[in-house]
Amino acid sequence: MAERVKGETGEWEIVIGMEVHAQTTSHAKLFSGASATFGGAPNAHVSPVDAAMPGMLPVLNEYCVEQAVRTGLGLNAQINKTSVFERKNYFYPDLPQGYQISQYQHPIVGKGEIEIDLPDGSVKTIGITRLHMEQDAGKSLHDQHPSKSFVDLNRAGTPLMEIVSEPDIRGADEACAYLAKLRMILRYLGTCDGNLEEGSMRADVNVSVRKPGAELGTRCEIKNVNSIKAVQMAIDYESRRQVDVIEGGGTIRQETRLWDPAKGETRSMRSKEDAHDYRYFPDPDLLPLHLTSEWIAQIKQTLPELPDQKKHRFMKDYGLSLYDSSILIAERPRADYFETAAKGRDAKLVANWVINELLGLLNKDGKTISDSPVSAKNLGTLVGRIMDGTINGKIAKDVFADMVSSGNSPDSIIESRGLKQVTDTGAIESVVADVLAENPKIVEDYRAGNQKVFGFLVGLAMKKSGGKANPTAVNEILKKKLGESL
Amino acid sequence: MSIDRETVRKVARLARIAMPDEKLDVYAPQIERIMGVVEQLGKVNTDGVEPLASVVENELSLRPDTVTDGNDAASVLSNAPETMEGYFVVPKVVE
Repeated sequence: MAERVKGETGEWEIVIGMEVHAQTTSHAKLFSGASATFGGAPNAHVSPVDAAMPGMLPVLNEYCVEQAVRTGLGLNAQINKTSVFERKNYFYPDLPQGYQISQYQHPIVGKGEIEIDLPDGSVKTIGITRLHMEQDAGKSLHDQHPSKSFVDLNRAGTPLMEIVSEPDIRGADEACAYLAKLRMILRYLGTCDGNLEEGSMRADVNVSVRKPGAELGTRCEIKNVNSIKAVQMAIDYESRRQVDVIEGGGTIRQETRLWDPAKGETRSMRSKEDAHDYRYFPDPDLLPLHLTSEWIAQIKQTLPELPDQKKHRFMKDYGLSLYDSSILIAERPRADYFETAAKGRDAKLVANWVINELLGLLNKDGKTISDSPVSAKNLGTLVGRIMDGTINGKIAKDVFADMVSSGNSPDSIIESRGLKQVTDTGAIESVVADVLAENPKIVEDYRAGNQKVFGFLVGLAMKKSGGKANPTAVNEILKKKLGESL
Repeated sequence: MSIDRETVRKVARLARIAMPDEKLDVYAPQIERIMGVVEQLGKVNTDGVEPLASVVENELSLRPDTVTDGNDAASVLSNAPETMEGYFVVPKVVE
């Protein structure tokens, strides 16, 4: 379902690779003992190492290594037992060392792959090229003073994992699905909180266009794409721009472009001649990092069930559709909620209730399942009451609405409001008899061959019972009575 | 390897070292001689030899994930030529 850009010379294919920077959840920074927590007073979370004071040496945070390995395993990727930290050299005021410690030729994680779920319900595999560890830079404020920039080093040295995808992504939908799935996996693993707003997850998008089947085109790297919606808009804009340039007789220059969310466009970043001459070399302050198979195996044992595994299990064990499973696994608490409610119940029915009623309601208020006014246990009980015939589906919706507003259990609501379904055949028979007696014309119609009015009669009988009659019993009795001779 | 004036100018700019034009002709041959010495290493056959990261056979030491430093903005800023409200202040740089 690759999206194409329509140009004057025909259709163009969009080719995308993503680089995602994910801040590792840790207490301290990658190479120092200062706090890695977001925020704080300016320069409060700074050690002499982060400020690049002379003689300070970086010491690698063990937990960050563990989290990188855990993430690599979650991306079904190869873990490299030897990796090397290198210096990426450039000058900027918020980079006190004059270089960023990163991994270049020997990253900690190599090739992997993840599944993405597309809006049309299909699944696609996207290759992961690598994951490497690196330190973040500080933050510069340019708008506080007419001729000065202000620098806060709190973020300098916070641990990042840069996750690079293969150019397997075709179009904005796939890019958004990729980012969403990656975020989901990181959150399941607990290695990054996935908070796009606070910048703990940032995406650079590499976009190029080509005629279907042709060689890869020249790519542009788009920075500052900080929400899933921005990914969509930036790709739509940039692919259109590139097609227009090429069809207008121009060529695409490999460059870094900035996404401007206010103007809804990408624009060339003023790039200095040598901006990309990073002169990487192994950091002499850090020895190569060696991991043992035992440690990797130990970390592997701590992995939770991952989104895709859960998705496949829901389909297999509960008989759910791919679509329903994808929705339920989107957040771990949501999947847990479903499983608690579905215990010993009709799982498909529970899935319908969770997705259509509960999530529908929560989404409307911008809430997540953790804010649910209805507990998983109570929702399960409600579905149980439908299954055992205590109430029918229609009454269940009333009970559900009551559960949402009152927080009461379904059983107490059914009891106190007298909503128990009437299954007593005698009572239903008398209701049906009344309906038939009151509507002789419709009965005549039916007997004359107009089958369509049957549903109308069922409706009348249900209404007369206050919605409490068992619909199946109503159907049967009505059919029997209508079939009786005049 | 021959080192010309432009290469010297570029390397100096990358390192943010001021390099007046009249010095280019002084440094170009010096750097060329240094490169010549380094290039001799290329003559050694290193097939199958792993790069040596350190002459001592140490393993990289790791630190536990605990906060042991920070909360001392005053010290961090004490060498800065200019500060304001806890920030370093530098000439305006907008990329």
